[in-house]
Amino acid sequence: MRVALFVACFNDALFPGTGRAVTRLLERLGHQVVFPAGQSCCGQVHWTSGYQREAADLARGFAAVFGGDDAPVVVTPSASCAATVRRDYPRIARAAGDAGLARDAEGLRVHELSEFLVDVLGVTDVGARFPHRVTYHPTCHALRALEVGDRPRRLLRAVRDLELVELPEAGECCGFGGAFAMKNADVSVAMVADKVRHVRATAADVVCAVDNSCLAHIGGALTRLRAGVRTMHLAEILAETETV
Amino acid sequence: MTPSATPSSPRPRFADAAREALADPASRGELRGSVAAVRARRAAAVAELPDWGELRAAGSAVRERTLLNLDALLEDLERAVIEAGGIVHWAADAAEARRIVRGLVGAGEVVRADAPVLREIGLTATPLPDRLPAARAGVCGIDFMVAETGTMVLLEETGAGRACLALPGPLVAVAGIEQVVPTWRDLEVFLHLLPRSAGGPGGAGRFSPAVSTWTGSAPGDGPGEFHLVLLDNGRTGTLADEVGRAALRCIGCAACVHVCPVYERVGGAPYGPVRAGPIGAILTPQLRGVGSAANASLPFASTLCGACAEVCPVGIDIPEILVHLRGRVVESRRHRPVPTPELAMMRTVAWTLSDRRRYETALRRGTRWARLLARGGRVRRLPGVLGLLGRWTDARDLPVPPPRPFRAWWADRPGGGAR
Ligand code: SF4
Repeated sequence: MRVALFVACFNDALFPGTGRAVTRLLERLGHQVVFPAGQSCCGQVHWTSGYQREAADLARGFAAVFGGDDAPVVVTPSASCAATVRRDYPRIARAAGDAGLARDAEGLRVHELSEFLVDVLGVTDVGARFPHRVTYHPTCHALRALEVGDRPRRLLRAVRDLELVELPEAGECCGFGGAFAMKNADVSVAMVADKVRHVRATAADVVCAVDNSCLAHIGGALTRLRAGVRTMHLAEILAETETV
Repeated sequence: MTPSATPSSPRPRFADAAREALADPASRGELRGSVAAVRARRAAAVAELPDWGELRAAGSAVRERTLLNLDALLEDLERAVIEAGGIVHWAADAAEARRIVRGLVGAGEVVRADAPVLREIGLTATPLPDRLPAARAGVCGIDFMVAETGTMVLLEETGAGRACLALPGPLVAVAGIEQVVPTWRDLEVFLHLLPRSAGGPGGAGRFSPAVSTWTGSAPGDGPGEFHLVLLDNGRTGTLADEVGRAALRCIGCAACVHVCPVYERVGGAPYGPVRAGPIGAILTPQLRGVGSAANASLPFASTLCGACAEVCPVGIDIPEILVHLRGRVVESRRHRPVPTPELAMMRTVAWTLSDRRRYETALRRGTRWARLLARGGRVRRLPGVLGLLGRWTDARDLPVPPPRPFRAWWADRPGGGAR
């Protein structure tokens, strides 16, 4: 299958390893990955911060790159960007009074990575090996906006030599929330402190999620505390074929 | 003692009030314990019903239908209450409601049961036990008003409102205009949804221990003299907003409050006097406007995690309304003569992101700058002049961009340059 990768601007700049991992993984599974170079940002932060006009501009740009009559199947390693496109674009179009954008948004075929693997490709065992103790944090967008459910866990369970440990209070928000982490920094820090406590209680080597923004938040608190737990995007674990 | 308004002093912004609340570890611990208990009772009470999803859908539909048909239902309600010997008063705002209540109960001893709508208009509760013997008149809130018969319905844990029914003097009930239910049949679904969602200690969270219903001041049913004060206080304006109006579906169960990770840590005070938690964050800015810094900060007092929408028994998409109201706050500030620094920044970022060449240049420059600030593979402390980013690094490291973005790696792959 020919798959267009939407890497997300955040990953492009800060977590290019995740984009490389998605590419490696999908190619290993026999698919052709393309990267439309005109892509930048889905407009999530502008939309959730109340900058509706700017969000509409960015949404139009996204639709121009990934939409159209021969709209490609799009895969993204960001659950919150997938949720923005699928759930919020119709709202952005309505707020902007842009019927054209509403139509274009309907034609977009955007999948979050774990949805794509399990639902579209029908695989859970992607042939990965990762001999480490891992805990999974279901990010709010994955859990409640996309409702990816246990797809990421099923993928992780099929990874050879990976020990999956359940995270206590897993469904509770890490406190990131985009601009919330700065505008309400004190509450945000109180929330991530609890998340980090739960992560450490699992004695995992790695905390994994399907969104690097939340992982950057959790990871930022973990490294500040020198907790010795790594953060890794699901794609990076699934791309691993470590043989040592 | 006569009812009096709580003097309204300017409230701090949410973040500032929250900082204060967080600084008190003892009350924080207590709050978290009690919130966890309510949450657990709610979860258990809801899990018992296999058809909870259908009940929720039915409840949402009734509330939506009610809001669409509110004018006619209120006329029905008024007629029915008057027919049953009650008197109906209309209050456009909190001050008028207070004036009406004060005029009705006079100067004698008054019992005021606690209810969100009474706090909204600035009437606080009078403790019951020691006041009751001397009291003459009572003031209470209402959970539902059945339009077809004019019946008032009160669901309680302790029966403080019910005690008001036994007083010799007038009973004054205050209700928001949205609290009407068309028929008894419609009421049924809320008698399941409300107590189970509230997760109260009585009735194992299944049913409210004290259910009172009365119709006007009919002999044998109801107080000697009954007054109903119907409060608008911003509701009509809220109804006119296509997205925001869903907030008025609320039946006051507080399920959203008790699952909210923000409320759990800061308590109710930072939300102001109208309502606490997620529902307060969408209701207060709509009822009172976003003119004050405190009310304008409320839609931002959420990570948009969605836990509230997941439990709301009448399907209010609270995060959607929060984002909608953020838009309203931003719009209200867009036309200032000097743009806010945030507006200037958000515009620049959008402008940069909407053009490939600008975006790629910014990626290169940003990467270089961020790598200059990094120590040992992460950004540990940023100077205060960097504003919001500085607030991040108070307690968390920032990730450092690797030297080459993803697109540079892609372009170097064989054939990677092409679309
Ligand atoms: S908004 Fe909150 S208080 Fe109102 S009905 Fe929904 S969960 Fe209950």
